[in-house]
Amino acid sequence: MHPIKNIIGPRLSNSEFRAHRWRYLLPSGLLLVAAGLLVASFRQPYWRMRLYAPQYPKGLRVVAYLNRLEGDVREIDGLNHYIGMRPLNEAAQLERKAAPLLVGVLACLLCAVIFIHSPWAALFASPALLWPLGFLLDLHLWLAHFGTNLEPTAALSTSIKPFVPPVLGEGVIGQFRTVARVGDGWRLALTAAGIVLVALWFHRAAYKPLWDEYRRAARSATAGEARRA
Amino acid sequence: MTSVAEQVARERNLTPDDVVAALKTYMPSGRIDEYIMFASGGHSGQVFVIGVPSMRLLKTIAVFTPEPWQGYGFGVGDEILRGGDFESRAIRWADTHHPALSETNGEYDGQYLFIGDKSSSRVAVIDLRDFETKQILKNPVAISDHGGCFVTPNTGYVVEGGQYGTPRGWEYASIEDYQKAYKGYVTFWKFDRERGRIDPARSFCMELPPYWQDLFDAGKFESDGWIFGNSFNTELATGNVDGKSPPFEAGVSQRDNDYLHIINLKKAEQVFQAGKFEKFRDFAVIPLQTSIEEGLLYFTPEPKSPHGVDVAPKGDFIVVGGKLDPHVSVYSMAKIKKAIEAKKWQPDPYGVPVLDYDATLEVQVELGLGPLHTVFDDKGYAYTSLFLDSAIARWTLGGPYQTLHKEPAWTLVKKTNVQYNVGHVCAAEGDTASPDGKYFVSLNKWSIDRFFHPGPLFPQNLQLLDISQPGDKMPVLYDMPLGVGEPHYAQMVKADKLKPWSVYPEIGWDPHAQAVDPTAPKPGQEGVQRDGNQVTVVMTATRSHFTPEHVKVKQGDKVTWRITNVERTEDAIHGFALPLYNINLSLEPGETATFHFEATHAGTFPWYCSEFCSALHLEMMGYLLVEPARAAALDAPHEPPAPGAGS
Repeated sequence: MHPIKNIIGPRLSNSEFRAHRWRYLLPSGLLLVAAGLLVASFRQPYWRMRLYAPQYPKGLRVVAYLNRLEGDVREIDGLNHYIGMRPLNEAAQLERKAAPLLVGVLACLLCAVIFIHSPWAALFASPALLWPLGFLLDLHLWLAHFGTNLEPTAALSTSIKPFVPPVLGEGVIGQFRTVARVGDGWRLALTAAGIVLVALWFHRAAYKPLWDEYRRAARSATAGEARRA
Repeated sequence: MTSVAEQVARERNLTPDDVVAALKTYMPSGRIDEYIMFASGGHSGQVFVIGVPSMRLLKTIAVFTPEPWQGYGFGVGDEILRGGDFESRAIRWADTHHPALSETNGEYDGQYLFIGDKSSSRVAVIDLRDFETKQILKNPVAISDHGGCFVTPNTGYVVEGGQYGTPRGWEYASIEDYQKAYKGYVTFWKFDRERGRIDPARSFCMELPPYWQDLFDAGKFESDGWIFGNSFNTELATGNVDGKSPPFEAGVSQRDNDYLHIINLKKAEQVFQAGKFEKFRDFAVIPLQTSIEEGLLYFTPEPKSPHGVDVAPKGDFIVVGGKLDPHVSVYSMAKIKKAIEAKKWQPDPYGVPVLDYDATLEVQVELGLGPLHTVFDDKGYAYTSLFLDSAIARWTLGGPYQTLHKEPAWTLVKKTNVQYNVGHVCAAEGDTASPDGKYFVSLNKWSIDRFFHPGPLFPQNLQLLDISQPGDKMPVLYDMPLGVGEPHYAQMVKADKLKPWSVYPEIGWDPHAQAVDPTAPKPGQEGVQRDGNQVTVVMTATRSHFTPEHVKVKQGDKVTWRITNVERTEDAIHGFALPLYNINLSLEPGETATFHFEATHAGTFPWYCSEFCSALHLEMMGYLLVEPARAAALDAPHEPPAPGAGS
């Protein structure tokens, strides 16, 4: 049996589709919705941090999108130069550049799952499942990298020691209190991941009988060949 | 808490009224005032910005006088200050009198502020986006003014009435020729709101008899297109010239009446546009005879030597403060128009039609001694300062204002004593089409026993009164000492009508042009460029460094120094102080500044940021090294003399 066929699994006959239309449409529809949410999340912020200090009563904010930073980046960079931290925009340059492509690939993989009627479907869907967690992990690594690699000759190097700002929740750096939380984009991505899980469950329920049938047929075909041989 | 408050009141000897006054004016930290008052700075040549009801001084806007903190006149701002010079004569002080906020339909619009200088007859334009002076103009015809600035209801014109009579352009003429050679003036400065500048080419001056014009005001609604002014020397007194004539103070007060000037500005504008004017120092002047022939100017008698002339909110009445007469005289615009139509007039010695007094007067209201200036509220009351009585008179308006109050029309309701010698008065939006009432400020000339007096020059006293309650309740709430004098008029605007910037809109902003300067230094472009002996420094400033930090020039170089503050954070201001060369800039976030100097003195000059900007503020400095001319010459490569150069 051709390996590609083993990956994409059995095709659906028209009669079977007409007989159980919703059984097959439901997972496909959910996967399309999840792909749509992922694409939509690109336009929303994934992460926000607010920084409060006595002389910044309105606070400073950084808003991270998949491909860019917004907010008071300039001011924060200005302050960070006193403690020897590199400018924020130097972080995650590769990730930010690749983000549009990655999101596109993820959405395409989810669409591909509609046509993959084998256990491989779970593997194709897994990047979208892991995406929200992967974002936070990557962000944490960058925060840790920036916070622990301060320029030792900076003006405030004696009073601000290397630190790792928490990726979520509250932290303290110098006179600043930081509050970090996820943004609507990340929530959309998480919702997409949840929908993918549900979709996979329905996908399995719909295609497992077909896949088992297909495997049985394949096995017996192999056995027949063996007998003939 | 109550017992603690009572204990404090007892210990500080405060009456219940004192406690109420304190509660009405106290601002907890972080609370912002409801009104903003713009008070003339008098001799300081500046304008004070004061929060009401707290009476806290928020800013002194540098206008006619250099002011180092704002970096005005110490490297930049000179081009604006020079607008007020005459020929090569620099004038670096002023006696600012009457601020005027720009108006739309007779209401403050919070966009611009104008202020006049009595001492040299000048006007200035302040942009209220950044509270900075943008333009100063020297009046080419008049040398002293008092009737400025007042604006027409849509700020088409800024009115500047002259004061002491002089020949045209204050040229020399014997005082014996006073009657013929001397004139009075009123100037109508055309304001171009789009450009935020007065356009002298579209402005004009009207000559008046040398009657010593005093205050002016612009009509609105019923009196729209009309301008009113007072006079106080229809006697044509020329002072004690021969040892027999009375001194001015008596000489100008001989006749029972002076003249209220009634000017048809709408018609005057048409006459100007029709080209019926003479040019003097390239400025349009409508001669007196033209004004008479064209029907631009009328007089009506007013009790002698009055002071303020103030138009009521609906534009229907004109209130003249008697000064030497205990009344305010209220004229009716409807009656004035009727008298003009009926030609009920007699010519004065110059041929100006003098309307019949009784035909124009609505009523006289006796208020007390020394009535000067009048403002209005939302309850149909008028408020007049009584200089000699040292009091504020609250009195009722009649006519359409009658329904707003319970008292009979045109009656004195209450007098509140103020400390002391009140000149101008200011009520919340009290000279607009819809006064707010609520707060009132008495601008007192003397303070005598109100404050610790630092030597014999006493502080001014700006007293806040509560005018929110009708009838006879009008208490003093607060005394604000002002150690800079002497404020004359003030205007109070609702704070939310002002929309000032907190940082300049973009990096590289030129406040003079109110636009981005595309050539302003930007990060990455910094450096020092040389072209012959012309050196250009391209610099940026941010917390806590200038870039570059070294500038080396040769003695005799002509230096152009450009700095942009690249900050975007509110209040992140940098100064730039360069010793000996008399430079100090205030670089507000986004602002770019350019100054020029000749490196006349060799030496080592550490420049620094003169505004405490950050924890590393002291470190924000750099060195200007001016190499002595001789050493520079030794260093320079030997070049053959240019062809044709002298031996």
